[in-house]
Amino acid sequence: MNNKVYHRIEEVAGNVITLRADGVRYQELAEVESPQGASLAQVIRLAGDRVSLQVFAGGRGIPTDAKVRFLGHPMETSFSEALLGRVFTGSGQPRDRGPRLTENMIEIGGPSVNPAKRIIPRNMVRTGIPMIDIFNTLVESQKLPIFSVAGEPYNPLLARIALQAEVDVIILGGMGLKHDDYLYFRETLEEQGALARSVLFVHTAADPTVECLMVPDICLAVAEQFALKNERVLVLLTDMTNFADAMKEIAITMEQIPSNRGYPGDLYSQLAARYEKAVDFDSAGSITILAATTMPGDDVTHPVPDNTGYITEGQFYLRNGRIEPFGSLSRLKQQVNGATRDDHRTIMNTMIQLYAGYKETLEKQSMGFRMSAWDSKLLVYGERFEQEMMDLSVNIPLETALDRGWAMLADCFEPAETGIASKLINQFWPKAHAETPDNGRQEERNHLEAVASSD
Amino acid sequence: MSNHVGQITGVSGNLLRVRFHEPVVQNEVAYAHLGEVTLKSEVIRIRGDEAELQVFEDTRGLQIGGEVEFTGELLAVELGPGLLTQVFDGLQNPLPRLAEQCGFFLQRGTYLQALERDKEWAFTPAVKVGDTVTAGATLGTVPEGIFKHRIMVPFGWRGKFEVLEVAEAGNYTLDESIARLKSETGREAQVTLVQRWPVKVPIQAYAERLRPTEPLTTKVRIIDTFYPVARGGAYCIPGPFGAGKTVLQQIISRHADVDIVIVAACGERAGEVVETLREFPELEDPRTGRSLMERTLIICNTSSMPVAAREASVYTAVTIAEYYRQMGLHVMLLADSTSRWAQALREVSGRLEEIPGEEAFPAYLESVIAAFYERGGVVRLHDGGIGSVTIGGTVSPAGGNFEEPVTQSTLKVVGAFLGLSRERSDQRRYPAIHPLESWSKYPGVVPEEAARRARTILRQGNEVNQMMKVVGEEGTSIEDFVVYLKAEYLDAVYLQQDAFHEVDAATGAERQSYVFERLGHILDAPLKFPDKDAARAFFQQLTQTTKDWNRVLQDDPEFAKIEQTMTKMVAEVSADE
Repeated sequence: MNNKVYHRIEEVAGNVITLRADGVRYQELAEVESPQGASLAQVIRLAGDRVSLQVFAGGRGIPTDAKVRFLGHPMETSFSEALLGRVFTGSGQPRDRGPRLTENMIEIGGPSVNPAKRIIPRNMVRTGIPMIDIFNTLVESQKLPIFSVAGEPYNPLLARIALQAEVDVIILGGMGLKHDDYLYFRETLEEQGALARSVLFVHTAADPTVECLMVPDICLAVAEQFALKNERVLVLLTDMTNFADAMKEIAITMEQIPSNRGYPGDLYSQLAARYEKAVDFDSAGSITILAATTMPGDDVTHPVPDNTGYITEGQFYLRNGRIEPFGSLSRLKQQVNGATRDDHRTIMNTMIQLYAGYKETLEKQSMGFRMSAWDSKLLVYGERFEQEMMDLSVNIPLETALDRGWAMLADCFEPAETGIASKLINQFWPKAHAETPDNGRQEERNHLEAVASSD
Repeated sequence: MSNHVGQITGVSGNLLRVRFHEPVVQNEVAYAHLGEVTLKSEVIRIRGDEAELQVFEDTRGLQIGGEVEFTGELLAVELGPGLLTQVFDGLQNPLPRLAEQCGFFLQRGTYLQALERDKEWAFTPAVKVGDTVTAGATLGTVPEGIFKHRIMVPFGWRGKFEVLEVAEAGNYTLDESIARLKSETGREAQVTLVQRWPVKVPIQAYAERLRPTEPLTTKVRIIDTFYPVARGGAYCIPGPFGAGKTVLQQIISRHADVDIVIVAACGERAGEVVETLREFPELEDPRTGRSLMERTLIICNTSSMPVAAREASVYTAVTIAEYYRQMGLHVMLLADSTSRWAQALREVSGRLEEIPGEEAFPAYLESVIAAFYERGGVVRLHDGGIGSVTIGGTVSPAGGNFEEPVTQSTLKVVGAFLGLSRERSDQRRYPAIHPLESWSKYPGVVPEEAARRARTILRQGNEVNQMMKVVGEEGTSIEDFVVYLKAEYLDAVYLQQDAFHEVDAATGAERQSYVFERLGHILDAPLKFPDKDAARAFFQQLTQTTKDWNRVLQDDPEFAKIEQTMTKMVAEVSADE
C-alpha cells in the first residue's frame, strides 16, 4: 500500500499519463484528481520508476500537476444480490439513482477456468426462432456473436433472445451503446418484468473510451459469481467491435506495433480472454455469452469479426433483418440436436441444402437461363423457406417448426428429391399430402402465423 | 535451485525486464516472486545487464524491484510412465490434479509435478550387469496401459556406459533407482523411471531417419483415398473459421491407425478439449477394444490461458511424442491450431519491439515453423525398431485467406495439404476439404491410377458446372451434363461423410478400396438418358441409395442387397444395352 500523492505528470498522450513513482504494482488502480473531477486510472506499464496509467475519464483537461494517488489494488467491483435491477457505468459507478455498492468487492479479469472443471454443454436454449432452434441451436454455456452490419436490428434480437430464453440472470454489457439503445434495453426488460433479474453495465457512445474497455470484464466477473452460486447466467455484450476499437486506441497511444489494420497483435488473446468466460461448471451454474459484433463495411474478414469467429462457438449472421443460414453456425448444436427429435438433424441439413440449390437457381434466373422443372420447384421452395422459416417475426416452438419443415418439403418435392434416408421418409413424410394439396395446410399456416405475430 | 536473484526493472504485459548479477542462460527458466507465489518465466533476450523474460502467467501485481530467481535450467518436461491418459497444460501441469487443489480456476503460480510420485510401476529388467548401453537404450520396461513402456538411458547422456547394477523385477516408484551405469570416463550415475528433457531440443537418440512411405489411415474417405497422410509425415489443415478444422482433427484423433495420439489444443476453445476429455474415456478403441483414452494424451493451453505458455505447449507435446517414438511406437500429434502458436510468437515479438515482418509476424516465423514440423518423421532406432511421429497441424488464416504468412510457411514443410473451403462448408459438404485444391505427396489406399481418374471426373464436373453458370443448362450438352452429375454423385456419396453417423463416420481402408472400385465402375459406365431431367432424377435416386449403402455395416446382409439394387439401377440406364 502506498499512500503517497504524486503531482508531477511527465507525459500525457491520449488517455495515457506517465509519471515517476515507486512501489507501484502492475495493473494497480490509481485515482487522478484534476479540475475536471476525479477519475480512476489503471497502471498499464512499468519501466524503471516511470509508471504509465490509462485514465478512465480520458486525458482531456488533465494538468501536469494533477494529484495521483495509488489505491494498492486492481480493478474491483462489488458483488451481491443487490446488483439485480441496477444500472452501472463501465467503471462500476451507479448510472441509475441507486446507492453506490462497496461491499464484497471482487477482482475483475480473474484467472480462467480449469478445463478439467468444465462439462460438455447439454442443454438447449429455446428461443422460438426457427433459424436458431432448428438450424443453429443455441446451447447453454455457448459463446456466440451476432455478426451484423450497422443498422441491422441486432439489439432487438439480443433483447428478444434474452427475454425468451430460460435463464436466471441477465447481464447486459453495453459498449459505445447509443443512448437510445440503452433506454430501449432498459425499457424492454422492465416492460417484460425481467429487469429484476438483470444487471446492466452500460458505456454509452458519449462516455470516455477507457471505460468501454472495462465493460466485458466487469460483466463477466459478476456473471462468474452468479454462476458459481448455481445460477444460469446470460451475458449480452453489444457491441464488441467498439471494445476492440477502444483497445486499438490504447495500443496505438502506447506505441505498440500494430499487426493488422492497426489492431494490436494480441487482439485474439484479448477477445478470447473474455469469450472464454462462457462456461458450464461441473456442479455449479453456467454462463452463456451472446455478443453483437458489427462488421465494418459488411466485411467478415475484418480483424474483429475474423478473430471473433475463431474464438466463439459459431456465429449468427444478421442480414436484411434475417438470420442468414449460410455462414451462421452453432458449433454446439450437435450436443443437443440429437436428443430433440429424430428428424431434427435431417430437416436441418436437407432444408439448407435445398435452400442452397434455390440460391443457385436464382443466380441462373437472373442471368436469363431457362428454368428446368427442378429449378421451378426450388423457386417455390426457396420463397416459402424465406417467408415461413427465416423471417424473424416467426415465433414458434421447435417441434412446430420441424413439422412446418416437413410440410414445406412435401408441398414442394418428391421424397427422393430431398435425399432424405428412406427410414425417415417413412416415418415423417406427411402421408395425407397427395390427397389434400394446399388448402388445409394454408389455413393451418395462417393460423400459426396469427399466433406467431400475436406473441 | 541456484541462488541467483535478479530485480525487476520493467513490466509490460507478460514481459519482464530484470537486472541480473551473475551469468544467465538464454531460454533458462526463472521464477518471479509475488508475495507467496512464484511465477514461472523464461529468458528470451539478454541486453547488457538486463534480461527480458516472458512470464507464463498473468503479471498483475508485480512491481519494480521485485525478486526474480534464475534456475539455470532450460524449460523441460518430465518423461516417464504415467503420461498417457493425462491432461496437462502447456507447462505440463496436470489439470485434473490442479483442479483438486485449486478448484474451478487456474490459480497462477501453482505448479505440480507432472507425474504422480507415489504410484508404483512393475519393472522388468531388459539388460544385465556388464552390458554396454548408449543413450536411448532400453534398460527395462514397465506396463503402462496397453503398452510396454521402455525405461531408457537418458537421451542426453553422451558416449557408452557399462551397466554396474540393474534392479530386479518388482515394483518401483518413479524416483527409485533402477540401474547404475558407469561412463567411459569412470563416472557413475543412477537411472530412475523418469528423465527430464528440454522441450525445444529434438530427441535424436536413433540410428537414422527414414522416408515416410506407409499410408496412415484415418477412415476419412477423402483423405485416405484422395489426399493421404503417411506415417511419420506431416500435413496441415488450413481453413476459415467454421469450416470444420477441429471436428476433422477430432475424427482423425479417434480413428487414426497409430499407437498413441497426442492432442495439443493450442490457443483454441476450452469447450473442444472438454469434449475430448469427457468423451474419450467412454469411447472404445476399435484396435484394442480398450478405452480410447488409454492411447491419448492431451496438452491443453486454451485461448484464455496465458499466451507464453501457449508457445511452450506445442513443444511440450512434440517432446512427449518423440519420447514415445523412442519406444518403437507410432505417435500422432494433432496441433490445433498452429496459427495461435504463431500469434503467441507475434505477441512476444511485438513486446520485444522487434522489427516486424509480414502482418507483424516476426521474421523468424518461417524457420520456427519448419523446425517444429521437422520434429516429426519415421526413425529406425538403435535396436532396429521403427517409430514415428506424424504431425497434423491446423492453420487458422486471418480472413480465410491462404496467402498469409503462417499458411504459406507451413505449406513449405508439409507433405499433404488438406485445404478446407468456406464454400463447401456453407453447402454443408463435410468434411469441407476442397477436392480440387488440396494435394498430397504420400501414397494412398487405392491405386493411384483410379484416384487420378476420379479426380479427373471431379475436375471435369466442376468445369461443366462453371460453364453452365455462363451458358445455362440448356446450352450444355447432355453428355457434359452427365459428367457434371457424375462428379456431384461422387462428391455426395464418397467425398462427403456424415461424422455423426455411427457407420458412415469411419470407413476402413478395405471398405474404401471396395466401395471406390464399385463407384469407379459406375463412373466409367456410359449412361444414356432421354433428357436432363431424367438424368437428374436418376442420379438423385442413385445418390440416395448409395448413401443408404454407406450407412450399413459391410457384413450386414443389407449391404449386398443395396449393392445389387445399385448395379441394377445403373444397368437399366447403361448405354451398352
